[in-house]
Amino acid sequence: MTTPLLNIRDLVVEYPAKGFRKTPFRALKGVSLDIRPGECVGLVGESGSGKTTLGRAVLGLAPVTEGSITLGGKEIGNISARERRQVSKDVQVVFQDPYTSLNPSMTIEQILAEPLLARDVPKAQARQRIADLLDEVRLPSDALHRLPREFSGGQRQRIAIARALALDPKLIICDEPVSALDLSTQARVLDLFIEIQERTGVAYLFITHDLDVVRHVSHRVAVMWNGEIVESGDTREVTTNPAHPYTQRLWMAAPVADPGAQAVRREERRRLLAAQAAAAGGVPVAA
Amino acid sequence: MTTATAPVSTAPPTPVKKLLRDPQALISGGFLLLVFLAVALAPLITRFDPNHADLSRMLAGIGEEGHLLGADNAGRDIFARLLFGGRNSVLGALLAVGVALLVGTTSGLIAGYFGKWFDNLSNNAASLLQALPGMVILLAARAVVGPSLWIMMAIFGVLLSAGTYRLVRSAVQAVRNELYVDAARVAGLTDWRIIFKHVTRVVRGPVLIQAAFMLMIAIAIQAGIEILGLGDPTMVSWGGMLADAFSRLFVAPILMLWPSVLMALFALSLTLFANSLRDALDGTQRTSPATIRNVFKKVEADKATTGVRESAIEMDADELLRIEELRIGYAMPDGSIKQIVHGINLDVRRGEVLGLIGESGSGKTQTAFAVMNLLSEGGTILGGRVLWQGRDLATLTEREFADVRGKQIAYIPQEPMSNLDPSFTVGQQLVEPMRRHLGLSKAEATAKAIALLDRVGIHNPERVFMAYPHEVSGGMAQRVLIAGAVSCDPDLIIADEPTTALDVTVQAEILDLLRSLQAELGVGVLMVTHNFGIVADICDRVVVMQEGEIVERGETTAMFASHDHPYTRQLFGAILSPDQVRDAYAAPDADDDRIKELTS
Repeated sequence: MTTPLLNIRDLVVEYPAKGFRKTPFRALKGVSLDIRPGECVGLVGESGSGKTTLGRAVLGLAPVTEGSITLGGKEIGNISARERRQVSKDVQVVFQDPYTSLNPSMTIEQILAEPLLARDVPKAQARQRIADLLDEVRLPSDALHRLPREFSGGQRQRIAIARALALDPKLIICDEPVSALDLSTQARVLDLFIEIQERTGVAYLFITHDLDVVRHVSHRVAVMWNGEIVESGDTREVTTNPAHPYTQRLWMAAPVADPGAQAVRREERRRLLAAQAAAAGGVPVAA
Repeated sequence: MTTATAPVSTAPPTPVKKLLRDPQALISGGFLLLVFLAVALAPLITRFDPNHADLSRMLAGIGEEGHLLGADNAGRDIFARLLFGGRNSVLGALLAVGVALLVGTTSGLIAGYFGKWFDNLSNNAASLLQALPGMVILLAARAVVGPSLWIMMAIFGVLLSAGTYRLVRSAVQAVRNELYVDAARVAGLTDWRIIFKHVTRVVRGPVLIQAAFMLMIAIAIQAGIEILGLGDPTMVSWGGMLADAFSRLFVAPILMLWPSVLMALFALSLTLFANSLRDALDGTQRTSPATIRNVFKKVEADKATTGVRESAIEMDADELLRIEELRIGYAMPDGSIKQIVHGINLDVRRGEVLGLIGESGSGKTQTAFAVMNLLSEGGTILGGRVLWQGRDLATLTEREFADVRGKQIAYIPQEPMSNLDPSFTVGQQLVEPMRRHLGLSKAEATAKAIALLDRVGIHNPERVFMAYPHEVSGGMAQRVLIAGAVSCDPDLIIADEPTTALDVTVQAEILDLLRSLQAELGVGVLMVTHNFGIVADICDRVVVMQEGEIVERGETTAMFASHDHPYTRQLFGAILSPDQVRDAYAAPDADDDRIKELTS
């Protein structure tokens, strides 16, 4: 067993409720997860399951109420803003929406230079690094002086990936990075993620609601439901042989891109829901 | 479409270029520049001392004895007084605006970005400032500190700063939640660097525009104070000239003219320039309504000259909708037309589900919207026919369309939440169309609506009937919209990505519901989607669109088995196969070094 790079133990995140003495909203209810160097862990769940909150907690963008998050043995859960800025070298992010995650009034060069200049990398060195980054994500070098709006969704996401890679991080939190992309673009961006991982050994926490995507990209999968991880394990095992009833329902709900297979899947889903309802004492199972 | 090649779109003009192309900006900006230069270089322009009184030249006429605009009742040169007075007036106004910007922007940035106690405090302070009557404060200040233009204007600046504060604060709050600000935080930027690099860029435009308006207000207020006789009598200014002229109104009315005209033109130019600035800084290029009207007229004229085919409309009994050679275009800001759908043909038969698939920009949604006559502003059908029950929908007026849309052709949108009006209950939104289209009484419509809510799988239909949209979940909102779509017994339902915004488990339920309703009612469905899983699940036939053209069509099963067109092959090739699972993790060799490097 390799030592984990990221270690999340019994993490609780609470958001204060509006109003005096209201009970705060508990978005994560004691989540534990680890990621090894160079590993991609897929985090699957539906809206409100807490998967995005988990990613934001690792990034320092959500409050850690209880529990710990360590990176290479060092606590990064509840630290000062100054210490957080040191962590930024090792933990980076690619967001879902490539349209709002790039400042519309900054050129690509300014966007990519930002993390480098924040760490006082000398200008000449930064320029060289930016050129390399564009190369790594297969964008032409003349992209430097253009604005984000001149690029398509897939190209913008490549820019966001380049920005995340700029400081050569150990871990990238990928929050639904291909959900907003067209199908053929999505496949190419996913391949780019895998290729970068194999070359640089960076680890990913890959948050997505798309089961096909998670199968394609992750070594391990964790399924979130209602602020908790209900099941986790090697991708092949969890996706072919799910143990938790919610995971079973989730898997059965995703349509297969094949009319015959989908008809079979539909029938299986009907039987599964009936069986789960019978097990629950005749109460229909809600998602 | 993403490829590794260079992006194709051209850069829109920069704000400065836009300003230079706008005649309104050129004229108003030119005048402002002229005034600024003239008052700045006043000693070089005129040889007269603005305060030198020469009684022999009292009320000298225009051009007399070198007085360009004549002299006033004390024999002082009017032109010189305008120039030197302008110095004080403009500088005073700039002082007020400067104070307003300094106080307002700083407090707005801090309150908007950091919030907390400072936000509360500054909000109350701003409310207090805005509640105080400005003129009364200035009069009170004059009573205490005496007639100093500069102090008065500085105080007025503080009063103005409340407006700037609110503008900046709301802009900052909006940008603070943007993902790119989160990304900057993750990148390790300090708060001040984020404010400087990201936030000020957003705030700059609106503040600049507001500054121009504030400059105008400050000039006007200044003149007001001086007309009341409360200005500094030793200092020449535009307002002071007005006050002097006012006292000689019946002797020499022309004295009123010069400062009035100059101030009016100055204020007008400021307003016009601020408006041009706003347009220039607004990144989106909108097509003006006039341009759209002209383009539409041209399209109609073209249709008339090319001759609309008056061939009879013959449709098979089981043919519901037939689209022939449909072309759709949008009016561009320069008056040209950008065609986005290039002559497509398709038909939907009774009781079938036709999938219209394609990637973003393929024109699939535009085609669906054209059928319902719901194209966005500036969009129009350039040619072709949309045949529906013996009529060409492309020729119907909006009034004629009201009986088709909603009743015969129903619509299920992509975003259920934004398609329910938040200020009406679910029940009200279901009942109204049934009363209008089916002529039901309120009681009948209510009973039918509750029955429909029950039919679409809502467990407590009475409660949802009374609920407002924000009280129901996204999946439930989509069920409500489906109930609404089938409420008037339509023949065709157009569903535009009806499950894209929903969770997978909810999507499966909605698809089940659509399938059973479709079988039960025998309606035709035009399903716009990009998801092949949905196509496999529910569609009988498929039409593939690429860049405004149909590249392939066929039965769903046959299409999944074999497809010919390169684009279709590419699309199907991009489907992630469920069998393609990434192998289990193998620890990298350099693993221990990486950990060591981290912990060191």
